[in-house]
Amino acid sequence: MYSYNEFDKAFVQNRVHQFRAQVERRVDGSLTEDEFKPLRLMNGLYLQLHAYMLRVAIPYGTLNSAKMHQLAFIADKWDKGYGHFTTRQNIQYNWPKLSDVPDMLQALADVDMHAIQTSGNCIRNVTADHFAGAAADEVEDPRPTAELLRQWSTDHPEFAFLGRKFKFAVTGSENDRAVIKAHDVGLRILRNDAGEIGYQVIIGGGLGRTPMIGKVLREFLPRADLLPYCEAIMQVYNALGRRDNKYKARIKITVHENGIEKIRALVEERFIIQRAAFGGYDQVLFSDIKAAFAAPDYINAYTDGFEASLKTDPAFRSFVDTNLSAHKNPDYAIVSISIKKHGDTPGDATSQQMRVMADLAEKYGHDELRISHAQNVILPHVHKSHIPAIYAELRKVGLATANIGLISDIIACPGMDYCALATARSIPIAQQIAVRFEALKLEHDIGPLQIKISGCINACGHHHVGHIGILGLDRAGVESYQITLGGDGTQTATIGKSAGRGFSYTEIVPAIERLIYAYLDIRQSTDETFLETYRRLGLEPFKAALYPETSIAAE
Amino acid sequence: MARAFTPKVLTANRLIEGDVVYYGQSGDWVLSHDDALYLTDEVQANELLAAAHKQVDLLVGAYLADATLEGGKPVPTHFREEFRTRGPSNYAHGKQAEV
Repeated sequence: MYSYNEFDKAFVQNRVHQFRAQVERRVDGSLTEDEFKPLRLMNGLYLQLHAYMLRVAIPYGTLNSAKMHQLAFIADKWDKGYGHFTTRQNIQYNWPKLSDVPDMLQALADVDMHAIQTSGNCIRNVTADHFAGAAADEVEDPRPTAELLRQWSTDHPEFAFLGRKFKFAVTGSENDRAVIKAHDVGLRILRNDAGEIGYQVIIGGGLGRTPMIGKVLREFLPRADLLPYCEAIMQVYNALGRRDNKYKARIKITVHENGIEKIRALVEERFIIQRAAFGGYDQVLFSDIKAAFAAPDYINAYTDGFEASLKTDPAFRSFVDTNLSAHKNPDYAIVSISIKKHGDTPGDATSQQMRVMADLAEKYGHDELRISHAQNVILPHVHKSHIPAIYAELRKVGLATANIGLISDIIACPGMDYCALATARSIPIAQQIAVRFEALKLEHDIGPLQIKISGCINACGHHHVGHIGILGLDRAGVESYQITLGGDGTQTATIGKSAGRGFSYTEIVPAIERLIYAYLDIRQSTDETFLETYRRLGLEPFKAALYPETSIAAE
Repeated sequence: MARAFTPKVLTANRLIEGDVVYYGQSGDWVLSHDDALYLTDEVQANELLAAAHKQVDLLVGAYLADATLEGGKPVPTHFREEFRTRGPSNYAHGKQAEV
């Protein structure tokens, strides 16, 4: 993976010094909160419901064991012994004290990490496919592209005060695991007919109060044109994007109001000018970055132990069935570690769990870890012979839950248990659904199903693209949960449709249960997934299950 | 027409710790909602809020939150404020563990 050069190190270190001085000035009263707030937000520090929250960037979700160990150290020393992995592949600490934050940032800087641009109206942490560099279906590892974008966008003076926040996501596979169509800019690496590598450029996607699926701006952008083209997009957005209304300020609205053709014409016009300004050094830089992401030195070993464990240990087999994905090296596998043990908080890992995962990565995983947008942790390069040992270690610390992609692998935002913007709680709903379906022992029978829960309309929990989406709202002083159905965050991205009136805090889990029983009744076979059944039959049979009193009245 | 004033408590977060605090019956900032001063007079409430905004070295984000009286103690009327009195529901962290 990419290691900081002297410039990166000096930049991050300088920021720590600056922020330390800013905190001192805030504490001694020289800075008011109004003056201090934009400074702390530039360094990822929010004030939430019960405490401050520090959001730490994990660029394209990639960590090594040293970084994961440091995240565990920070959790123990300055927080409450755990961290929360987010849908943006970041980690959040929920309980830091203001006076400790400079030391936390220093500890991050010591391992080439920071919290810069994790907030504010700037280009945020660039996210990528969490199977990057490992997936069997990959055209190219998207991380060098993401790293180039990170370097270009970090502290870019022209784009530090945009009309609104701006998010890039990159995938190197046709199978989109990075939700690129719900980002301001989504990039898909592909090969053209001549065999050259380039990018499909998608813009104007986003969730939030006005969910939109991104539109293709360019079907094939040659690799060398990436930065000037992205700069052209940013300039057009910066000039054309609305600043009169916060809720209409994202590029999705700019694209919607102006039309993709007009945006395309303006971007292409601007691109010609920008391309002339790039002298080609970006491509030299890209070559260096790419070298840093070279594939690991794969080991050659027998996989007999793995095959034997599959035959003799049903629990191991279940783990393998759900938590392993195909690696480009057939002797290897991608291991997804579920941070979704039934009843636990989605995305929360204790410092002990972080250390175990770091040690496993170091011992068995070529020292690589990834954070997924689904709030799980990935060991991307594991030789199959090591998987039984990894499984045994994970079991000891409650990390061997075999539920990746199943009903209890729920994305949930922090909701009103932590977030100052939330309108209802998310976490306890996720916990209750997971516990309920574990008790019913239906999870594996139900098969692939994504539930995504947001505690407010800002949709950090991606509810619009959940097969079942749950949105928590405040309805006349009471928590109310709206269900959407049929959402999809992949290459066939779709915004889910509202199923009807909301359910109370106590009604929502039984409502989900009725929905699932209806699915089990009407699916054509055990191979037909929830999403496939929904696509075949539409909302009606599910509405009838959700609102039996209405359907009886209508008969 | 201006909306009729409803009873309030004055609340904020502490600058360093970020803890939720309330303006107390004692005139100090206290952690427990039970000990908050129950404000029924709009003028007094606004004066206290203005004073809180000036305590920049102690507080962040002071505001007036709706409350009612139950058993002689102020209680929040909205679930958001109720959560702020105790902490998150997934762990016994925050006030529920410390106050």
